[in-house]
Parts: sequence; structure tokens; C-alpha cells
Amino acid sequence: MQIPAVSLRGISKRFGDNIVLRGIDLELSAGEVTALMGANGAGKSTLVKVLCGVHAADSGEIDLYGEGFNPTTPSAAISAGVVTVHQSINDGVIPDLDIASNLMLDHLARPGGGFFLNKRNIRAEARKIAAAMALDVDVTQLVSALNLADRQLVAIARAIAHKPKLLILDEPTSSLSAKEAERLFELLDRLRASGVAILYISHRMSDIRRIADRIVSMRDGRISGVFSDTPLDFEGAVQAMLGHSMTDTNITIPPAGDPILRLDNLVLKAGSEAFSLDLHDNEIVAITGLVGSGKTELAAVLFGLEKPIAGQMTLRGAIYAPKNQRQAINAGVYLCAKDRASNGVVPDFNITKNISVPFLARHSRFSFLRFSSERATARRTIKDLGIICQSDVDEIDSLSGGNQQKVMVARWLAEASNLLVLDEPFQGVDIKARHDIGQKIRDTAKGRATVVMVSEIDEALAIADRIIVMNDHTIVGDHRNENTDLAQVLTQVTGQQRDQTGSETYAI
Amino acid sequence: MQSETRDATNIPGNDPAREKSKKSFTDLAIRYGFLVLMIGLVIFFSVIAEGFASPYSAVFIFQSVAITGILALGVTATLVVDGFDLSIGSTATSSLMLSAYVLVVLEMNAFVAVVACLIMGAVVGLINGLLIVKFRVPDLLATLGMMFLLVGLQRIPTQGRSIATGMTLPDGRVAEGTFSKAFLALGRHRFDFFIDNLIPVSVIVLLVVGLLVWVFMELTRHGRLMYAIGSNARAASLAGTNVNRYKVLAYMISGVLASVGGILLAARLGRGDIASGNNLLLDSVAAALIGFAVLGAAKPNAFGTIIGALFIGILLQGLTMMNAPYYTQDFVKGAVLVVALVFTFALSKRGGAH
Repeated sequence: MQIPAVSLRGISKRFGDNIVLRGIDLELSAGEVTALMGANGAGKSTLVKVLCGVHAADSGEIDLYGEGFNPTTPSAAISAGVVTVHQSINDGVIPDLDIASNLMLDHLARPGGGFFLNKRNIRAEARKIAAAMALDVDVTQLVSALNLADRQLVAIARAIAHKPKLLILDEPTSSLSAKEAERLFELLDRLRASGVAILYISHRMSDIRRIADRIVSMRDGRISGVFSDTPLDFEGAVQAMLGHSMTDTNITIPPAGDPILRLDNLVLKAGSEAFSLDLHDNEIVAITGLVGSGKTELAAVLFGLEKPIAGQMTLRGAIYAPKNQRQAINAGVYLCAKDRASNGVVPDFNITKNISVPFLARHSRFSFLRFSSERATARRTIKDLGIICQSDVDEIDSLSGGNQQKVMVARWLAEASNLLVLDEPFQGVDIKARHDIGQKIRDTAKGRATVVMVSEIDEALAIADRIIVMNDHTIVGDHRNENTDLAQVLTQVTGQQRDQTGSETYAI
Repeated sequence: MQSETRDATNIPGNDPAREKSKKSFTDLAIRYGFLVLMIGLVIFFSVIAEGFASPYSAVFIFQSVAITGILALGVTATLVVDGFDLSIGSTATSSLMLSAYVLVVLEMNAFVAVVACLIMGAVVGLINGLLIVKFRVPDLLATLGMMFLLVGLQRIPTQGRSIATGMTLPDGRVAEGTFSKAFLALGRHRFDFFIDNLIPVSVIVLLVVGLLVWVFMELTRHGRLMYAIGSNARAASLAGTNVNRYKVLAYMISGVLASVGGILLAARLGRGDIASGNNLLLDSVAAALIGFAVLGAAKPNAFGTIIGALFIGILLQGLTMMNAPYYTQDFVKGAVLVVALVFTFALSKRGGAH
């Protein structure tokens, strides 16, 4: 039997209390493209970092063609033959140098390479590399003059110049159009034919359909599914990635009240389909969909960070068209942003100050802060949400991730709202905190409409009255959370996605 | 975009029980170390240098740091929003030249001179702020550009010469205006405080401005939001804070306070001296940065800034009375600054977490 190119056995990794990889067993064969799928926080990035020498695994072994492989630095991994092209293109190229220098950069950086540049040799070598990859470019051109696709191809060419045994591509098409991506796939086809093992990380189903020989799904630090039989079971892979382990959640769906927010023929992105949606009092709606499906854009539109391309919003009967987040907040529409470290937590502030940030006006008189009122609110919400801390003036970064997230939720539950949007409120949060947050959202749901953006279907099933599926910047499914047809939800989540370059950050 | 959020949660301080016991001493050292050091210095100089421990000496120290202290409070405002103002020194000297120009060349009264300077400071701050928030010029570069611009601009009306009564103007006239008594009083009047003619106006201004900035930063919601911006501007923005407006406000505070410093300097000198105020920028930045270390704040704060300014003043006064040569002064200031920065960044919890 042929030895696999790479084999991982029992790879585990933890950061503090957080177990990120829980024993990964995986084999990758030469001449095969393995697609790795997983929701945010599933552990994909950590696994890649272990493979490319950024992090050392706590336990487990890696073999590369039967020999032990334990890189301690990224350059050790590269010289052993494991080469990674990271998601951000500009990590892979130096824009101010020409293509030849970029392709030969690692050669130039090697010690003992001589002091003076021999430009002619460099160019000749670089042309050989480019020709081998059918990269039709003038190697004397500056990389900064190239478009994104060509830059990405140069970055990959640079990686291939190392003659890798394993090539890892982390979301290589996230900034490419469909046509540009096709050029990349042709290149990968040739590499595969030449016997390189390729690990391909992507959220885009269209990429995976095009290029993958095998799909590995990760979830919660484990391999949750391996699919290699043709035809590949794409829905099975998504299901394994998003999980369906929850059995009946005992949600008794309360009667929905009056409509609070009405979206009328909203268009989120030029060219995407218009959709309408009613959100009701005392209703918790989960919106799910893959990365780039438009969840982030919808949250941004609701919160006044972006304007919709077309369509109209009505809040309690009045036209709602917030120009900025302050107007949204004043209208009682709150957004508990995802990715708390960059969008939520104020690291220099203690718990109380973190909670009161959006509503300081209510804790002050003639602009002078009323500390007692601020602290009373903080104490109340700390108790409500069961935030584990020694006092309400603990520094925020003394709290665990789950408790920090509770503080973020507490910030927006501190005042009554018309619409509360929680974007990925369970990101990087342990089970207990997850449950507490979900319970609290449910307990306080009366008097407002609640939208929870989640990518894990489990979370949607656990919390929502209604599950809405987004794909390609529009709504493709609307399910009452009773005997939900999971297969149908998954089909809608997976749905053939068109060329999409969904943004992942809020435009402020 | 799928950076592992779990990594981010792995920050120090997750194990409070273990860390608590060993923390207490370091905590105390960080919190009170700088104040203890300052009191130690005072006692040391009082014993060694005769005449150090007297009201006149104390007032002299305050007076020597009053103008840099006022400028430093302005820098503090910009540091709070995670900015930086390099133009304060030249804003102050511009204000010095402008007040002299208004009084001597235009022959107007003290009130007009003061108002003109304050407006100029506010406009400079506004332009700085707009360069930074609207044109997205990095703060250091924007204010560096403004610094050069003002250094040049203040020389143009007088063809690069200092302004004093009796000078010949570019058009051949002789300037006949004078620094009015009222204006000079800003620099020379002293209030009685137990002893007659003890406390100069500039010291009172320093204390009042210090108190105002402290109240604004610590007790009002605007100050709180400015600290939030300085700590995480995205989070502050998503919580509904108008980040740009507060940033512009910070630079305007800085510009106005710098022009106040310039007015006081002009009133003390009694002429528009083109060469004065060279050290203002570095001294005041040093005071503000030293302020980080006071009470373990590890962040810009008004109280710390004033203590920082005083610390330098005490040290220089003491050394001068011990006959240390004047040219060692900058070295001493630099050394204090470096030690204070080590206090702030190496020892404090925040320095470590970042």
C-alpha cells in the first residue's frame, strides 16, 4: 500500500482553557486535493498553523512520507516541503518588488547567496518558474501593477518554487472573481497531476465542487466527517461541519406579537435578489448561511452602517432609514457585533464601563456621569446574565472568553430595544455561557424583535422560533422551528452559490 | 477573515487565584512607585540643597513647568483618543508671535490679542483633526506637517524677525504699539498667598486647566467616550460614538491649550521672540508620557501629566541648586522619561497584554 504524503495522528492543541484541537487524525495523499471545511472557530486555522510551524501541537504526531515532521518555525516547515499560501494575498508577495524578485525571494534570503544581485540570473530562473506554471507574465513587472488574481498566482508560484510535498491554500479565492478563480484551479489541476498533496481550505461551495477530490469537515476541534466517494456528498459535508447533534430542543414557540420591523424588497448587493421579511414582537429569528451569504451586510443595513441598494424598512409603522449607528441606537435598534475582540470589547475599561458605553447619556446629567446609576445597571446585568467575576469593576481582560461575551450581550440588554441583532453571539464561547446567553435572550424577548445571526445550524435550532436561510445576499428559506426539515435547510445553505465576494467586516 | 477567535481569548490573567498572591507587591510598586520616588527626591533635595524647601522654591518649580504643563495637558487630550499632537510647540510659538503682532504692530488691546490667539489655536486643532479624520493622514505625520507649516508661517509677517516696540516693519513704518499692562500682567502678576506676591498667574492657569481637563476626562461622558475611542475605536464606533467628532475635539483642545501656553510665554517675555519656545514640544510630550506611570494608570491622564511635569521641574530645580551644569538638563529629562516608560509598558498589566 502506498504511504500517504502526510499523516496526522492525534494532534491536540489548547490555548489556556480552550481546547482547540481534540485529537485530529488525518491522511493526505499525493496527487489529491482535500478540501477542509469548518465554521469559524472549528479549529481549521489552528490545524494549518500546526502544519506550517507557527504553533507546536501539544500532543500527536505528524509524518511526511513516513518520516517524522515536527517543524518549530515556518521556515523549517517550508524546507521540509510543507508550503502554505495564506489568505491575505499581500502576506505572500512584496508589492514594491518585481515578479522575478518575488519568485526568487526565498532564494535571495538564503544565507550564503552572495552579496550582489545577479539580475540576469534571477530573471532567467524566475522565467523558468513562471513557464513551468504556465504563468504568462513579464517577470520584470512590479507586483503592485498586477491585479489581485495575478498577485495570488505569483504568491502561489512562489510557494510552488519550493517544490512542496504538501501545499496548503487558505481561502485562496476569497478575493477572486469566478473567472480569476478558474485560472487558479487550472494551475491546481496541473499540480495535482504532478503529485503534490493539496489541502484546500474554503467556505465556497463552488470552489469545492470544482476542485476537491475529497472533503474533510471539522467541527469543534474534531474531524466530523470525511467524504471521498464519488460523487462527493456536499450536503453531508456541510451537515458534518455545521452539526446536527442536537436532538429535540424543547422550544415552545411563543405566539409572535405585532410586527415590529418590516423589510420591503430589500436589495443588499447590486445584482442580488430583493427580499422581504417581517420581524415580530417576542420573536427570535435566527439567520443562518455560509460566510459571504450576506448576513454581515444585512446586520450592517439594519444598524445603519450601510445603506441598502434598494428597498425600504419600516419600524413600528414608521419609515426606518438610519444614516448611522447612532440613529439606529436612538430608534431602539441595537447590534451586538460579532468578533468581540475587535468590534466589542474596550480592553482598557472594566466591566461596568464596558457595559455602559452605548448608553452613557442615560447615566449622566448635563454630561456629568452618574457613577451610581452606571454601576447599578452593571450590577443588575451582571447578575441577570450570571457573569462570573469578583466585582463589577473587574478589568474586562481578567474574564474568560465566555464571560466577556456575556458582557457584550449585557451591554445591549441593559436598555430596552425595538430590534436586537446579535451577530454570532456564540463565537468562541463555552457551552455553559452559550446556554446562559441563549436563555437570557429568550427571557427578555418580549417587547422587541430579536435577530440572531449564526453560522452553526445547531445554534439556530437551539435558540430560534424561526430559522431564515440566506444565500447569495438574499433569503432562500424560512422555517418555523418545529420539526424543521434539516435536509432542506442544508440544501438551502449549501445552494449553488454564484460568484460572491461577501465582505466579512462591517463598514464603519 | 476566520481568524481563530479562540486564540484571542487566550490572554493573560485567566487564572486570578494563582496570580493574585504574587501580584500585590508589584501592584503597589506600579501604583505608588512614581509618587514615592518624587517624595523621595523632594526629601533628598531638601536635605542636600539649602533653600530647596522654601515657598519661593516651590513656586519657582511650579512656574518653571506651568507652560509646558499646560501644553502637556493638550497632548494628553490627543493621547486619550490614541492620537498624538506634534504641532503644540509651534502652535504655542505662533500664538506668542500672533499676540505680539496684534499688540505691537496692529496696536490693539490685550483682550483682542488673547481672543485672536485662542481662535488661532482652535483653528489649528480643527485643521489637524480634519487632516486626520477626513483625509486619513496618520496623526504623527499630519501634526508634523502642521508643525513645519506654523514654524514657517509665524515668520512671514515680520520677515523672520522678532517683534518688539520700535522695530521697523517690512513697509518701512516703525511699530509703535506696546505690550499693554493688562497683557503683561498675565505673565508677571503674582497673587498673594500667605506671602505677598507669591503665586504667578501661569501657575493658577496650570492648576485651573489641569482641573478642567481632569474633570472633563474623568467625570463627563465625553471624556469616557474619548477613552473608549483610544482603547478600541471600532468598538466605540459600533456603540454609537461619533469617533471623528471626538478626535477633532481632542486636537482642538490641544491647539487651544497650546495657544494659552503661547500667550503666557509672550506675557512673560514682553516681546515676540522668534527663538523662544524651542523646548516646549519635547518637554510637554515628556510630561504627558511620564504621566502614564503615575498611579499605575498606564494611560494618559490629567493628574499624571501634571505630576509628570512637576517631577521634571523638581529634579531640574534640585540639580540646579546642587550646581549641576545647565547642559545636563536634557539628559536628565530623557532619563526620567525612559524610566517612566519602562514603568508603564514593562511592569503594568496593560503593557504586557498588548
